[in-house]
Amino acid sequence: MQYIPNILFIIALVAGIGYFTLNIRKVIRNIKLGQKVDASDHTSERWANVFRIALGQSKMTVRPISGFLHIIVYVGFIIINIEVLEIIIDGIFGTHRIFSSLGSFYGFLIGSFEILALLVLVSVIVFWIRRNIIKIRRFWKSEMKGWPKSDGNIILYFEMVLMILFLVMNATDVSFQEMNNGNVVSKYVASMFSGTPEGTLHIIERAAWWLHILGILAFLNYLYFSKHLHIMLAFPNVYFGKVVPKGKFKNLESVTNEVKMMMDPNIDPFAAPAEGATEAPSKFGASDVMDLSRIQLLNAYTCTECGRCTDECPANNTGKKLSPRKIMMDTRDRLEEVGKNIDKNGEFKDDGKQLLDDYITREELWACTTCNACVEACPVSIDPLSIIMEMRQYLVMEQSAAPAELNVAMTNIENNGAPWPYNQMDRLNWKDEK
Amino acid sequence: MTEQIKVPTMAEYAAQGKQPEVLFFVGCAGSFDDRAKKITKAFVKLLNKANIDFAVLGTEEGCNGDPAKRAGNEFLFQMQAMTNIEVLNGYGIKRIVTTCPHCFNTLKNEYPELGGNYEVMHHTQFLKSLLKEGRLKVEGGKFKGKKITFHDPCYLGRANNEYEAPRELLEKLEMELVEMKRNKKRGMCCGAGGAQMFKEPEAGDQDVNVLRTEQALETSSEIIATGCPFCMVMMTDGVKAKNAEDNVQVMDVAEMIASAEDL
Ligand code: SF4
Ligand code: SF4
Repeated sequence: MQYIPNILFIIALVAGIGYFTLNIRKVIRNIKLGQKVDASDHTSERWANVFRIALGQSKMTVRPISGFLHIIVYVGFIIINIEVLEIIIDGIFGTHRIFSSLGSFYGFLIGSFEILALLVLVSVIVFWIRRNIIKIRRFWKSEMKGWPKSDGNIILYFEMVLMILFLVMNATDVSFQEMNNGNVVSKYVASMFSGTPEGTLHIIERAAWWLHILGILAFLNYLYFSKHLHIMLAFPNVYFGKVVPKGKFKNLESVTNEVKMMMDPNIDPFAAPAEGATEAPSKFGASDVMDLSRIQLLNAYTCTECGRCTDECPANNTGKKLSPRKIMMDTRDRLEEVGKNIDKNGEFKDDGKQLLDDYITREELWACTTCNACVEACPVSIDPLSIIMEMRQYLVMEQSAAPAELNVAMTNIENNGAPWPYNQMDRLNWKDEK
Repeated sequence: MTEQIKVPTMAEYAAQGKQPEVLFFVGCAGSFDDRAKKITKAFVKLLNKANIDFAVLGTEEGCNGDPAKRAGNEFLFQMQAMTNIEVLNGYGIKRIVTTCPHCFNTLKNEYPELGGNYEVMHHTQFLKSLLKEGRLKVEGGKFKGKKITFHDPCYLGRANNEYEAPRELLEKLEMELVEMKRNKKRGMCCGAGGAQMFKEPEAGDQDVNVLRTEQALETSSEIIATGCPFCMVMMTDGVKAKNAEDNVQVMDVAEMIASAEDL
């Protein structure tokens, strides 16, 4: 009988981690539905970005208040998790505070955890106030209705509860309080429990301990369904982020080959393709998630829905439908839908839907000025613009569905080398004009 | 303003078997848009003044392809790019300067993979280097002490990380630079990029250029400076929309230097 708690603990741990692993494997499978990309270049720059942007949170502090609070929560989250190690060992072996034998160093550790827990609690409450009372504009855009809105708050409640449980667990641990080693915050919480019989305290302590670890496991499994997945994916995502100048858009290699053929009078356009020649892709641009690259799909899972991109987007600022955050959320939603389709049918069965039109409208795509403000603003190196561009390519090259005025401009470029209807032979006339 | 400007073409240089120090890629706006042509001429005057051995492609130049590419027409872009590259490589061009950040960005970043490798500079970078080498001198003159704000063109700033060259030139004019709230990395687009210049905007509650102009007017500057012919058109229209033509002028940095020198 005495091993029942240990066994229950191990079952919870295995179930929690197991279900999480299952879902992460789904994420990986879904990302692999995208096109392969070679990202073996710029290795040192990529690592530097991981240190600066992901670990160092350099983009977060562009907005100082939320940046500062986020750093507290982030540091707190990482450091307090050291404590989880002790909880797991205690849970499996039925020990109690196995590391307390470290003496004053243990006190130092727990002391830091307690201070951080308090700071995290305060930060999270401020975050909640910013979202729900001050109603910061970017959290109240049209794409933030329903689940995304609840998701943002659920995470905050999770964190509040976990931090409170951690402090209560320490406060009601009689032997820990008697040790008086590291209980810098919990001793004040403990005073709230003064007069409570020791037996009751023990029950509260055990309850808090169990709820704390079960809460952490639940939180871990919540990630997959949430924008909070970024706490893991931000690191690889930043690694794979754009490392060339933002103005440099990809040149489509398949097009290059065709244009070269068209321009080279020595190549016989009807000749059979050379042995080993790369085959032209079946499709130009993107109309669904499978046409996007794996990095773009990773981007979609990483998006924190913070809205910094949308807040800087000139189209969105002036009331247009385009929101770069929505581009990322739509991509993830569609990818999840495709994933569920595969779960159900064993392979993807055409569902008559696609990313274009069913999720992202043409009106949104054509409103983009390609200004890169969204790319610059994103704290985790997401590139919504690249998705917009590839969808435009699909519209123009596969469907000839550009807005009429753009077709006029493009015809002009084709015929007279300028987007306006001027003759190329007049290109130097300015020289002699007064 | 009476002095004739000298604009030699590459064909002329080649006929004499000579190479210019730099090729000036004028661009479509700089060649055809009435307002942008003034920027082109102002820049040429500065080149003449500094005795720079330069040439233009003239009728052999074609659109760099940026609007086509950003509208999604990769075919048309690459056709334009390869046609230009053929001409440029045929003349053995090594260095290029442009007055348009879109030409600058495309030539610098997107041409190399297609076989066009050049040292490409925006005119503000080029002018900065002339000042540094002492080939051109700039003094405050009539702009001294005036309030000015600088609108960062997206394709110079965020796209290529050049925020300082235009500002250093303005500093030389001894003006009081007042930054807009959204500047440099966080500067807001004028609304022209991504081929928006050539189409009507989507429905919304305001035009992008008007919002950006409002931000510029908030600085109560006498001059809105920029370094892009498209920003020029957008901001000029914005100023008109706000009925502020009498209080504020939109100028390219090159025009300001030329005008300070009474060219
Ligand atoms: S690049 Fe497009 S989507 Fe991104 S901020 Fe600029 S206009 Fe908005
Ligand atoms: S794309 Fe980046 S900036 Fe935009 S909402 Fe997602 S995480 Fe935030």
